[in-house]
Amino acid sequence: MTTVVTADNRRTSSAQQVRTFVSRHASVMPTLAAVAVFVLLLVGAQAYFGNFLTPRNMSALLLDNAYLLILAVGMTFVILTAGIDLSVGSVMALTGILCAKLLADGLPAAVVVPATILVGSLIGALIGLLVQYFDVQPFIASLAGLFLARGLAFVVSLDSIRVEATSVLSLQTTRFRFGTGWYITPTGIMALLVVAIGALVLLYTRFGRTVYAVGGSEQSARLMGLNAARTKILVYVISGTCAGLAGLVLTAYSGAGYPRNGIGTELDVIAAVVIGGTLLSGGTGYVLGSMIGVFVYGTIKTVISFLGAEQSWTRIIVGLLLLLFIVIQRFIVFRSERPR
Amino acid sequence: MDEDADVVPPLVEMRGVTIRFPGVLALDGVDLVLRPGEVHALMGENGAGKSTLIKALTGVYAIDEGSITVAGERRTFGSTTDAQGAGISTVYQEVSLCTNLSVGENVMLGHEPRRRRGIDWRAVHIEAARHLQSLGVELDTRSALSSHSIAVQQLVAISRAMVLDAQVLILDEPTSSLDRDEVERLFAVIRDLRDKGVAILFVSHFLDQVYEIAERITVLRNGALVGEFRVEELPRAALVAKMIGRAMEDLEAISSSSERTIDRTRPPVLRATGLGRRGALAPADIDVYQGEVVGIAGLLGSGRTELVRLIYGADRADTGELEINGVAVRLTSPRHALAHQIAFSSEDRRAEGIIADLTIAENIVLGIQAQRGWRRKVRRAEQDEVVEDYMSALGIRPSDPTLLAGNLSGGNQQKVVLARWLATAPALIILDEPTRGIDIGAKADIQRKVSELSAQGLAVIFISSELEEVLRLAQRVVVMRDRRQIGQLESSDLDVDRLIEYMADSSEGNVA
Amino acid sequence: MTRMMRHRLLWPSVCLVALIVLNTIARPQFISITLRDGELYGPLIDSLRQGAPLMLVALGMTVVIATRGIDLSVGAVMAVSGAVTLTIISGSGQPGSLGTVAFAITAGLVVAFGLGIWNGFLVAVLRIQPIIATLVLMLAGRGVALLITGGFIATVVSPPFKYLASGYLLGLPVAFIIAAAAVVLVAVVERRTALGVLTEAVGINPEASRLAGVRARGITFSAYVLSATLAGVAGLIYSSNIMAADANAAGYLIELYAILAVVLGGTSLMGGKFSIAGTVIGVLIIQTLNSTILFLGVPSAESPVFFAAVVILVVLIQAPRLHQLVRGQLDRQRSRTRDRRGDPEVVA
Repeated sequence: MTTVVTADNRRTSSAQQVRTFVSRHASVMPTLAAVAVFVLLLVGAQAYFGNFLTPRNMSALLLDNAYLLILAVGMTFVILTAGIDLSVGSVMALTGILCAKLLADGLPAAVVVPATILVGSLIGALIGLLVQYFDVQPFIASLAGLFLARGLAFVVSLDSIRVEATSVLSLQTTRFRFGTGWYITPTGIMALLVVAIGALVLLYTRFGRTVYAVGGSEQSARLMGLNAARTKILVYVISGTCAGLAGLVLTAYSGAGYPRNGIGTELDVIAAVVIGGTLLSGGTGYVLGSMIGVFVYGTIKTVISFLGAEQSWTRIIVGLLLLLFIVIQRFIVFRSERPR
Repeated sequence: MDEDADVVPPLVEMRGVTIRFPGVLALDGVDLVLRPGEVHALMGENGAGKSTLIKALTGVYAIDEGSITVAGERRTFGSTTDAQGAGISTVYQEVSLCTNLSVGENVMLGHEPRRRRGIDWRAVHIEAARHLQSLGVELDTRSALSSHSIAVQQLVAISRAMVLDAQVLILDEPTSSLDRDEVERLFAVIRDLRDKGVAILFVSHFLDQVYEIAERITVLRNGALVGEFRVEELPRAALVAKMIGRAMEDLEAISSSSERTIDRTRPPVLRATGLGRRGALAPADIDVYQGEVVGIAGLLGSGRTELVRLIYGADRADTGELEINGVAVRLTSPRHALAHQIAFSSEDRRAEGIIADLTIAENIVLGIQAQRGWRRKVRRAEQDEVVEDYMSALGIRPSDPTLLAGNLSGGNQQKVVLARWLATAPALIILDEPTRGIDIGAKADIQRKVSELSAQGLAVIFISSELEEVLRLAQRVVVMRDRRQIGQLESSDLDVDRLIEYMADSSEGNVA
Repeated sequence: MTRMMRHRLLWPSVCLVALIVLNTIARPQFISITLRDGELYGPLIDSLRQGAPLMLVALGMTVVIATRGIDLSVGAVMAVSGAVTLTIISGSGQPGSLGTVAFAITAGLVVAFGLGIWNGFLVAVLRIQPIIATLVLMLAGRGVALLITGGFIATVVSPPFKYLASGYLLGLPVAFIIAAAAVVLVAVVERRTALGVLTEAVGINPEASRLAGVRARGITFSAYVLSATLAGVAGLIYSSNIMAADANAAGYLIELYAILAVVLGGTSLMGGKFSIAGTVIGVLIIQTLNSTILFLGVPSAESPVFFAAVVILVVLIQAPRLHQLVRGQLDRQRSRTRDRRGDPEVVA
């Protein structure tokens, strides 16, 4: 029997060790870059304002962006399979206004909350079916979802509806204080839970690994015996469910449902996920990275408002940051494509 | 006689398999028998039905008539999972693994050891390493699959097949992208598995390799079974004859080309000195005269394609000079090269040659159109004439120019690409592996055409992994190894064995 | 091309005709056209006028999609060009003067052109994925437009500028004439010259086209410049319509409607073969659908639901799977179409 030894483990010089590290963890690099940016932002803001890194501000960072965090987890699943979901902002608006309306109509929160989340899941399932069974491109299928959800949101109500139900409002108003000035609300806990569940599923379940496999090569995944079809549908259901949950969170946060919510939010989510190190081509990325991406977005937003500048600067800067990340990713990919 | 047939029961028996597609009878009553502990080769030209037969065995296609029996049990496969469940595993030409995942994960994907809380990663890597080792392969299982060469990825794919307890391993054109050493390594693994009792189906069009590794050969032609033979009972010429239905002499008849004498008194059509690119090619020289065919020989990865891409301007050179007809030029892009009447036919005709959704006619005219620029459209009448000329000159089938080029067979696609370049009336044409993966009939057509054209004055640079082909057509041969040029020889001084020796030289020691 | 194109235009045309017929049955005055003071009026004419921005944007989108790309920034470009133009007009001393208006319009178009160069650079030179490259401008562009207008809506009174959206020329709305002229111009250039075929080649196989000597980079680059410039014109018409610059609402969702129009017209999102005639029909379908929805008394905010239904219907009709279900050959075809991607031959 011949022993085939590859160059990988013949020498273990330090250069070799670096190479081993890189070859094992190449896909984490973009996320590490995002962490670096986040840290830089925080340090820079602290240096500039002097009172940026306070427990109060950091807590607010999480809570003000809880809805975005939840959306980002769902979007990560979808983008990992090389898909995209443009409907999340509209679905969030739909479930938000639906929740507000049902509560205003007197239905108990215990019924309303699951129902509204379910609506999100159903729209996600519709998109997933279009993508998987009818070979519709994710772009177009989620576009249909966007249209559908946005229109339905206005069907539910043309104007905003206030939420009086304390059970729902308390999700946002209840504060658990700890440490010196840190606080968190149930919505924040929900967001962190979603992140944790997402990360665990992707790392430790067969379904999660199938998501990565499908993103790497759908044909290969299928040939390897994985159930690519079911996975592809499920990621859209997950995204829709997250959108439903985000709608609930946003409604609790603002105290009202508003059919015009979430216009353009899907772009913010995609930007956050990409900045967080998930490649649009699929197969590479982490939920924790998307979380960092959301925090980067949130920090920029906070800095802008601290500066007293127009909020429109947030989108501009996020856009440019996204561009910077893409260009860097491009050059890294360029380099690795070299040897032919 | 066939003593083993009585002693060892077959593992897989496909009998009378028939598959029909709308308008086409893809397989007509084909038999295939695979025995454990045996390497069985499946051969036939493109279009013979090899891949259809394999797809029937692996559960991709349903069969219309006939039967498939595995380990004595009659089976119908509704999906690839069914076939895998029956112990049949396939390693495809384009390795079908997930390169974004780690080696270990790829080996164990779908069968990862689990604890209560989820996948047990430590166990995954231990298991994967164990499976790899049983094939004699040592790898860092935590490294990304993409960080390894195709050859290694293939070994990982085979390893995965063993995780699935495959009793039948199908290797579909496994050596197309491998160099000599990697082929040796693969064959060692194959022999190992064979000795362990796995039935191996080896599909390849490399005759040498088939004779080296296989014990039995099944030949298909036009969807029908020609026969099953033991390797030692079937000499090569006879095998080829059965595959194409005509004798190998046809190919030999083209041999006169390399013996022509070339006028080297005038400046060469192209002379490159010191052409190189960091990380891709050490500075090399090459020149071609009018009416001459210069071959470039070397193993995969030796730098042949890199050299011609630099000549053509497809890649930028760091060093070196180029002279065309004695005048110094710098070629910065394919457009530029075309303007100087240099044409380049890439080795990857699907990714870099054929424009699949355009018609045959549009594909052929593309080169001329690109030359003229977007403002001056090639008139319909002229297009029709050019297309008609080349379709008949090269024997492109089917003969309807409004068909989409993507639907043609490999051989015809190659002819379309060739037509495109010839239509631009080049002074020099560079052909990179023009006959790779195409049937013998088309191969002969193309070689004949090249020979004709060079006799008429066209200068040709010709790259091929099949050394007989190179020696048959070229007057001179440039030899490459490991991204550097090691010499230039007159082909009249060479035969295949000596060329191989020269290519291998002394430093590496052993050569197959 | 004719055989295939004719087949591709069949379904869209049938849909359009069916829609018009249904509308006419429901309200006969739908197809009534009246002539007043040498100018044509009527619901159909209104559709043509209101559809002008979409027609322009969809036209540019068609060419971009043909190069295997996408331009998500057109709505933002519309907002920016409108903002620039209106800011100049309202900031000038003589908003009503032809000179001011001409200058402002030119400035707006130049800015749009510049944004097109930005997109083209990102996609063709830096080789960034089109969806991301144009996403950047889509995000940032509206922000820029908001900054230019100072965050509020600038309104002006300026007869020459109003002419763009409300005026008439030769009896037809100026906006329609601009759109029609653009369509004709682009169609003629694409098909009379080799630009169309070369663009298709680039979209189908960029590397093979490059090796064949096609100016792939230039073609891709100019597609984005064209798209942004046309979006600029659309932005001017939009602003002229409301005589104001609304950075938030200008071109909202228009990129999606434009993509829908292109897809309805038979051009594939994967790039390659494209049909301008198909896009025109697609835009007309969307316009007719819109006016149908409004006629039915549905609040325009709810109209996206109907468009969702349209999108789903269209993709279902185009989906190969549906045809297979109908023909009852599910299994065999599924394997074949799925594996065709990897096969150099259709039939082995």
